[in-house]
Amino acid sequence: MLMRIARLSLIACCMTVPAMAQRVPLAAGPGKDVVEGGCSTCHSLSYIPMNSRFMSPETWKAEVTKMRAAFGAPIDDDAANQIITYLVAHYGAPAK
Amino acid sequence: MRRRDVMIGLGGLATHNATAATLPWLSPDLPDGTRAEAHLVQTPGKQPLIQLSDRPPNLESPIQAFRAAITPNDQFYVRYHLAGVPDMKALDSWKLTVDGDAAERTITYTQQDLNDLPQTEVIAVCQCSGNRRGLCEPHVPGVQWGFGAMGCASWHGPRLRDVLTRAGIKGEAVEIWVNGADHPVINATPAFHKCLPLSKALADETIVATSMNGSPLPLWNGFPARLVVPGWTSTYWMKHLTNITVSSKPLDNFWMKKAYRVPAGMFPVGKPFPTQDDTATWPITDIMVNSVIATPIAGEEVERSGFTVRGVAWDRGHGILRVEISLDGGGSWQDALLDRDLSPFAFRAFRLDTGPLPRGTAELRVRATSNNRESQPDAWKVNPAGYHNNVPQRLTVKVV
Repeated sequence: MLMRIARLSLIACCMTVPAMAQRVPLAAGPGKDVVEGGCSTCHSLSYIPMNSRFMSPETWKAEVTKMRAAFGAPIDDDAANQIITYLVAHYGAPAK
Repeated sequence: MRRRDVMIGLGGLATHNATAATLPWLSPDLPDGTRAEAHLVQTPGKQPLIQLSDRPPNLESPIQAFRAAITPNDQFYVRYHLAGVPDMKALDSWKLTVDGDAAERTITYTQQDLNDLPQTEVIAVCQCSGNRRGLCEPHVPGVQWGFGAMGCASWHGPRLRDVLTRAGIKGEAVEIWVNGADHPVINATPAFHKCLPLSKALADETIVATSMNGSPLPLWNGFPARLVVPGWTSTYWMKHLTNITVSSKPLDNFWMKKAYRVPAGMFPVGKPFPTQDDTATWPITDIMVNSVIATPIAGEEVERSGFTVRGVAWDRGHGILRVEISLDGGGSWQDALLDRDLSPFAFRAFRLDTGPLPRGTAELRVRATSNNRESQPDAWKVNPAGYHNNVPQRLTVKVV
C-alpha cells in the first residue's frame, strides 16, 4: 500500500490543476475586507498564509510598514492598524 | 511520510479542493502555512510547478527536477517581484537600448542585432537569493521557497561586454544599470532596476542570453533576452532586458540599497562591489556552495538490497571538489561519484549506490565542498532576509 502511495505521489507531479485558483481563503474576522482590499491591489493574498504562522506582532507591523513606505501601498493609518490587528490575530505566531 | 499526508495531498489535487493539502515531498521544515498554501499548478509551457503565489507568479521546481545537471526549460522555476508581467504581445516590439551618462552613444538592439554579435555559451546555475528561505530557522518573512528556486541551463547569446562596447564605455563609468519590461502595479512602487559593478559586467562569463537549453527563453524566464550573471544569485539576472545604462554614479534605489543585502563580510565574495557597499551591509552577490538529493525523495520507500542516491552540487564558480553522503544521520559519510564537470558555474551531478541497508528508517544527508575548499556549514548563518541557506539537506526514507 505504501509503495503504491509513493508511486501515486509521483504521478501527482504530472497531473494538472487550473492556474490562478486561490488555495486558502483568508480566515474570517474583523478587518478581513480591509486586508483583501488593501493588499490585493498589488499581490495575491497567498503571501499572507504562506508567511504563517511565525511572525511576531512587531514583524507583521514591520511588513505592513514596508508595504506602505517602500512599495507605496495606498493604505492610511487607520486601515494599516486594522490590517496589522487582523494579521497578528489570524496569521501571527501563536502565543506561547 | 505519514500516510494521511499523502492521501490528503492527492485528494486536494484530484478534486481541486481548496482545503489545506500537503504535497508529500514538501519539507516538514517549511512553515505550516506554506505547506498548506503551496500547490502544483500548470502554467503555459511548463510542467506542473509548486506555486507559492500567482500574482506575481512565483513557482518552484519540484525537487525531482534536480536528478540531472541540466534543468529542462519546462521545469525551470519562475520568480517575479512585481505583478506587472509582460505577455508575448507586449514583447512584440521589444528592443534593447544602451545609453547613459558614461556611454559614448546610444545604441538600440533588436533580437536580430543581438544574434548578429559574436555568440557564446555558458552553462550556469540561476538561483534565487532566497532559495530555501522557507527552511530557515528561525523563519523570516518573504517568499517561503523550499529547495526549488533554482535551475541550471545552457545559456546562449552575446557577451554583455560586446553589447556595451558598441555604445562605448567612458573612463568615468562605475556601474552598469539594468531594467526589464516587467513593472510595478502602481506608480508609487519602485520599479525593479538593478546594477552590476564594471568588473562583473565586463567578465567573460556575463552574457545577454537569447536562448536557454537550445530554445528561446520561456516567457516567464525572461523572453526574449535576459542577463546571465554566472556565479551570482539571480537578482541580477534581469528578465525581458530592455535598458542598459552605463553610469558614472552608483544606482540609488530600494532594490539595491534596502533589499538583497547581507551583513558586511559574512559571506565570501569573488568580485567586490565597492560602489554599493556600506559599513553594515553589502549587496548579496556570490552563490554559496550547496547540494541537494533529488532521489530518493523524503518519505519514499527504498529497497534493503540498496538504492541509488542522485542529486546535484554547485557553487559560485570554483567548481565542486567533493560530495559526501551520510546514510545514518551524519554518523558516517562516504564520497559520491561525480559526473563530468560541465562548467565551473554549473550543477555537478552526483550518484551513490548505497549497497544493502538494514530495514527501518534511514536519515540521508548530503554536503559538498568546492574546489576553493568552501563547504556547507552545520548551521545557517542567520541574516535578516533569509539568504544563503546552505545547511546540509536532511531527509528520511523507509528501508523496506
